[in-house]
Amino acid sequence: MKSAKLFVCVGVTVFLSALAGPAFSKIFNPETFTLNNGLQVVVIPNHRVPVVTHSIYYRVGAIDEPPGKSGLAHFFEHLMFKGTKTLKPGQFSAIVARNGGRENAFTSHDYTGYYQTVAADRLEQMMRIEADRMTNLVLSKEDIEPERQVVLEERGSRVENNPNALLRESVGAALYMNHPYRIPIIGWAHEIRALSQKDIVDFYKRWYAPNNAILILSGDVTAAKVRPLVEKYYGVIPARALPPRPEWREPPQKAERRVVLKHKQVRHPAWSQRYLAPSYRFGDRKDAYALQILSEILGGGSTSRLYRALAVEQKIAAAAGAWYDPDARGPGTFSLYASPRPGTKVEELAAAVKTEIQRLLKDGVTETEVREAVVRLQDAAVFARDSIDGPAQIFGGALAIGLDVEDVESWPERIGAVTAEAVNRVARSVLGEVKPVTAVLLPDETI
Amino acid sequence: MKRYVRAGRHAVVAAVTVMALALALSPSAQAVTVERVVSPGGIEAWFVKDNTVPLLAIEFSFRGGAVHDPKGKAGLANLTAALLDEGAGEMDSQTFQGVLQNLSIRLGFSASKDSFNGTLKTLNRNRAEAVRLLRLALTKPRFDADSVERIRTQIHSDIKRRSSRPGNIAQRTWRRAAFRDHPYGAPLSGTETSIQAITVPEMRAFAKQQMTKDKLVVGVSGDISKADLAALLDEAFSGLPAKGDQAPVAAASAASLGETFVVRRPVPQSTAVFGLPGLTRDDRDYYAAYVMNHILGGGSFSSWLYNEVREKRGLAYSVYSYLNPRKGAPLWMGSVATANARMGQSVDLIKAQILRMRDQGVSKDELENAKLFINGSFPLRFTSTDRIASILAALQFHNLGIDYLDRRAALINAVTRKDIARVSKRLLDPDKLIVTVVGDPEGIKPTAEPPDIDS
Repeated sequence: MKSAKLFVCVGVTVFLSALAGPAFSKIFNPETFTLNNGLQVVVIPNHRVPVVTHSIYYRVGAIDEPPGKSGLAHFFEHLMFKGTKTLKPGQFSAIVARNGGRENAFTSHDYTGYYQTVAADRLEQMMRIEADRMTNLVLSKEDIEPERQVVLEERGSRVENNPNALLRESVGAALYMNHPYRIPIIGWAHEIRALSQKDIVDFYKRWYAPNNAILILSGDVTAAKVRPLVEKYYGVIPARALPPRPEWREPPQKAERRVVLKHKQVRHPAWSQRYLAPSYRFGDRKDAYALQILSEILGGGSTSRLYRALAVEQKIAAAAGAWYDPDARGPGTFSLYASPRPGTKVEELAAAVKTEIQRLLKDGVTETEVREAVVRLQDAAVFARDSIDGPAQIFGGALAIGLDVEDVESWPERIGAVTAEAVNRVARSVLGEVKPVTAVLLPDETI
Repeated sequence: MKRYVRAGRHAVVAAVTVMALALALSPSAQAVTVERVVSPGGIEAWFVKDNTVPLLAIEFSFRGGAVHDPKGKAGLANLTAALLDEGAGEMDSQTFQGVLQNLSIRLGFSASKDSFNGTLKTLNRNRAEAVRLLRLALTKPRFDADSVERIRTQIHSDIKRRSSRPGNIAQRTWRRAAFRDHPYGAPLSGTETSIQAITVPEMRAFAKQQMTKDKLVVGVSGDISKADLAALLDEAFSGLPAKGDQAPVAAASAASLGETFVVRRPVPQSTAVFGLPGLTRDDRDYYAAYVMNHILGGGSFSSWLYNEVREKRGLAYSVYSYLNPRKGAPLWMGSVATANARMGQSVDLIKAQILRMRDQGVSKDELENAKLFINGSFPLRFTSTDRIASILAALQFHNLGIDYLDRRAALINAVTRKDIARVSKRLLDPDKLIVTVVGDPEGIKPTAEPPDIDS
């Protein structure tokens, strides 16, 4: 298990994985091609061991659900593991397991991904069954109903039993006044219960198509070798007209908001503040790079400004930091967080963070701070190569929100181009001007 | 976490990660070549050369660990580990952490019940400085009062935070019930009380006895020559004492067999932890038990527990079991989380599957498929330098031999249905099952009051 110190760095990890989203130098050197039916293919060679991660990302996520149908994208993701015209329910996973594969799937607001990691000589079998379920899924009531219970139990584990997650749902609803990011990915329980077989089948037919997908192959493969297989299994699936997507906008946010959850299960308070911010796809993209540097300087680890001031010098925080998530089709978010040491009130902590932010806005960051942060982030790009499935997630996530391979490959360069002036400008425009949502988690001490 | 909801077919991941070191031992000789490197000063490392990326990963463990936490001082090993990179030699905490950060050196320490571990990952260009910092952390940690109180507070907050999670309460209650005052009954990071009682002289003494050459195993992978590695090993580890005294810890035999405990909490979903005594890694039936558990409740989406509890009835999102083959107190453990109203039904189903395994055993096909997965998925464990290095350290930690990677497939393939029947009869007795449930479960009859886990 992690030591407590590593726990404090959780913010850093989240942050690094966020920027591990779209990112990273001309280092992966992927090969790409697109099939006639519109399927985009990215091949990332890594010949360390004869292993390959085969993953497919669909450009459909929770924000594409019809109104009142929250949880549909995620529920549907579960149902992709049921049967097809030629495979009985459960056989998909049985085939993966018999071939020594590990698999999973995930749903975000913006996209849905499925992957198997297998020995390289089993790749063709994974392609056969993954392509099969892109178009031949069969869903009966008998498949849907138990899985609905599973999803409700998942909601129980992740949310209902977890005060942090309950607070997060309220924060989401406050942070986005209009954008569907306000609705939780897993969905509201009453809407999950009401999703019909027709809702599910319509969703599948509407969004699951080769021209709405990206296939990522990472590991012991080359484009020349796999292209015939990709053509054979995926190339035969016809493209489909995709429905238009609304261009979601947030109205100007005039009010600061404060969301407080007092809960009997909470024994340790926590404070955070979230700001809407530019992302790679929202606002000026250049700002997304400067915000990553800002987040690193302000809250990236145990020598960051916030941790040093609150945890080391003033000794009022057990944890403190910042993180920024640029990886979104819609607005990004910039967050500050802290948890108090015993004897410190949440208000004192919030005031101390505010002082640090004011100092930042007044004096700005230094060129040295920016240079050091740039090197750390660029180094993280080198570490990211030491993995098979990591690079697949980076490209999958990036391409699914509408970036291209070049955006990922030139990430170190763009990070390297960030100046102190740019960091100070985004600090002012986000932390100085945006009205944040403050979230407070407190023990409920009433009897 | 924020942006993803996984289908979570592997909610097992958390539990399995804990076990990874112990279980991640398999074959596939074609994947890697393991070499033995011995430094001029006599430090031995097992090594896989890999120049895919210009970096180096070192994973090492000392035998011992939190099982040596004295009574009333639970959390000593964990707190010591958390402080080793908080300043060493002439460098105070901020200076030391600053160098690590600015050179992108990933250095960290952790404790488990039976081991005390370190990890170092660095880009080649910063290798010399990384190794110097490692040596300092191992031999001259400062334990400055400021840092000690800061980290102690963080762990304290962390204990409080986790104490509101039903799964955490269920685990701790289970261990306390099964092992009582034995060190295995105490939580790794201690309790809110015990962690306050730990002093700096105790940490210094613990570090001195714990981090010694006689207890050390080292795994290395990355872009380095054998000659450079040999020199590096001396630079990193030669400053450690040759030996340390740690009093032997008596093996723990599980108490509370057959008992069911309920910790009432006002939450909509209950979490249960269940378990039985297991077997150690050197047991002749270890591989049979490993394959048996895979079929019963192991990682695959096709385990019996997964099928009966989740797939057929939708009773839970996560249900699984695993072997914990630790030396002094081996266990077979599992967990399920399910709506309060259906907890009784879930536990009954799990008991029925345990009985089915004991009385009916597995089919030929099930055994075959399990072997295909266990052997076929082996190379997937060699996909990064730190994972390779930690497997190399684990091979030594468990005395499996440098040729183990070549032998492991045969050990798995040799398991027969008769072996599984034998080990099931030996291990799986639902009447002895210890169950702890946290929540407001229906259909569960507690047989005893839950033990106090906070003292």
